[in-house]
Amino acid sequence: MTLTLTLREAPAAPLRAEALCPDRLAGLSRAEIERLELWHGNRRATLGELFAVSGAGAEDVRVVGDLGRVACLGAGMTGGRLTVEGNAGPHAGAGMGDGELIVEGDVGDWAGAEMRGGRLIVRGSAGRRLGGAYAGARAGMHGGEILVYGDAGEEAGASLRRGLIAVAGRVGAAAGLSALAGTIVAFGTIGAHPGAGMRRASIVAMTTTTLLPTYAPACTYRPPFLRLCLRRLRALGLPVTDEQIEGRYTRWSGDSVELRRGEILILEPPR
Amino acid sequence: MRLHGVEVEDTFAEAFGMWGARIVVTADTPAWAQHAARSLTGFATSVIGCKCEAGIERELDAAETPDGRPGVSALLFAPDAEGLGKRLVERVGMTVLTCPTTACFNGLEAEDETDVGGKLRYFGDGWQASKVLDGKRYWRIPVMEGEFLVEERFGIVEGVGGGNLIMLAEDAATALGAAEAAAAAMRAVDGAILPFPGGIARSGSKVGSRYSGQVASTNHELCPTLRAQVDDSQVPSGVGSVFEIVIDGLAPEPVREAMRVGLDAAARSGALRITAGNYGGNLGEHHFHLRELVP
Repeated sequence: MTLTLTLREAPAAPLRAEALCPDRLAGLSRAEIERLELWHGNRRATLGELFAVSGAGAEDVRVVGDLGRVACLGAGMTGGRLTVEGNAGPHAGAGMGDGELIVEGDVGDWAGAEMRGGRLIVRGSAGRRLGGAYAGARAGMHGGEILVYGDAGEEAGASLRRGLIAVAGRVGAAAGLSALAGTIVAFGTIGAHPGAGMRRASIVAMTTTTLLPTYAPACTYRPPFLRLCLRRLRALGLPVTDEQIEGRYTRWSGDSVELRRGEILILEPPR
Repeated sequence: MRLHGVEVEDTFAEAFGMWGARIVVTADTPAWAQHAARSLTGFATSVIGCKCEAGIERELDAAETPDGRPGVSALLFAPDAEGLGKRLVERVGMTVLTCPTTACFNGLEAEDETDVGGKLRYFGDGWQASKVLDGKRYWRIPVMEGEFLVEERFGIVEGVGGGNLIMLAEDAATALGAAEAAAAAMRAVDGAILPFPGGIARSGSKVGSRYSGQVASTNHELCPTLRAQVDDSQVPSGVGSVFEIVIDGLAPEPVREAMRVGLDAAARSGALRITAGNYGGNLGEHHFHLRELVP
C-alpha cells in the first residue's frame, strides 16, 4: 500500500516537512496524519491544510507537487521508502538513518547532510554541501549512500566521515572539503580544489582535473576496492562503463596540509 | 545390501561437528586464483596434524564473484570457532595476501562471524584503509604489487567433518579407480569438500596407538597386508587394496549428498565392497547410514 500526500498549492513561505517520513507516519490514521503540524514560514499549519492525503500504509510514501520550497523532506527518516515526485527543497534526507529517499527532480542545498545510513537517490541535480556538515559539526555524512543522476553543487561531501556519494554529472568546486573518510565518485567533470583539507577520504574522478599543489602522484594502478564500488553503483542504476571498472587510475595522495592520507584517483585514458 | 551388484555394508559413517567457513578468492586470471586457493587449502587434510581441514569447493565465474573477476571458493573447517578464526587469519594472510592480483571475500552469510580482514589489516603498518560498502567493511592493505583487498568479517557455521566412504577392491589400481570416480562425483556437490590429496586417503586411521603420544595410527583392520596377521581384520578375501574418502560440509545435507553420489559412482567403477568408518556411534553426533543412501 502507498500513502500519497499531494501538495494542494505551492507554499507561500518555506515549509519544513520533517514529519513526512514513513517511520513517523507509521501507525497513524488518516485523520491523525492530517492533524500533524508543520512549520509554514513562521506559523504552524496542519498537514491536512497543505496536503491532500490518499491511500494508506506508511512503508511506501509518495509526496506529489511542486516541493521546491519544502525543506527537510525525509530528514531523519529511519526506515521505509519516501518518494518525492518533483523537486525537493533544502535539507532533503538530512540526518537520515535508514530507508530510501527518492527524489525524482532536483534537491536543494544540504541534501543528505550529516546522513547516518540509508540511501538518498536524486534523479535530478543537487545543490551545495551535498552530504555535508552543518556549522559547528566536526563531521558530515556518517554512512549510507547518496546517488545523484545530475550535477552536484559546491563542497559536495564536505567533512564527509563515512559513506558513498556518487554523482553522474558535474561536481562543483571543493568536493570533499576537509573530508575525514568515505568516498566521493564524480563521473562528470569535477570543479576546482577537490580534496582541499582532506584527511583520509577518497575522491574518484573520471575526468582529468587540476589538483592542489598539496597533492602528489603515487602510481597508476587498478584499485581493487574501486571495482567493488563501481559495480555496486552500476547495480544501483548509475551508468558505469566497463572502461571505468577495468580502468587504471592514478593515485594522488594528499592533502599534505593535513594527514596526507587522503587520495584522489583519476581515471587514465585507455592505452 | 547391493548397489549395481556391489556389496554395500549396512553401517554408517560417524561424523563430528566442525566449524566451517567459505572463502572466495578472486584474481586477474583463473590461474592466479587457483594458485592462491591451492596454497590456502594446502596442508589441511586432517585436524590430526594440520589443525584444520580445507579444500577447494569449486571455480567461480567472474559473474559470480563480488569484484567481477574469476575466482575460487574454498571451505575451511576447524574443531571450534576460535580455532577456525585463527586458521583463517593465518592462511589468508600467508597464502592469499601474498599471492599476486588476488582479493579475498567472505562467501558465507551466517549469524556467527569471525574477524579476518580486521586482523590482517595490521600488515599495513598504519597505511591500511577501510571502506564500507553495502554494510560490509573491506580493508585495503598496501603491498608491493599495489593493494590487497580483504573483507573484514567472515561468516562461520557449525558444519560437519568426517563423513566418509571406504572402497575395497581387488587391487590398488582398481580401488583407486573406484575412489577417483567417487571423488569426481562428490566434487560436484556444493557446500562440501574432500580435504585429502585428490580427495582420496590411502591411510585411514584409528584413534590412538600402542605408542604413547601417538594420537592416531594406521587402521590395521583395513590394511590388506595385515589380513593374515591381525585377528580383527575387516579385509575380506579377494580384496587387495582399500581407499577412503573423507567429506567435510557446511551442513549435514551436502555431506549426505556427496556420500550418495560417491557411493553410486564407486559402485559403478570397480569396487568390490563399500563401507564407512565409525567409532561405534558414541563419539560423533552425525551418523550417515549407507542403507539410506542406496536407492
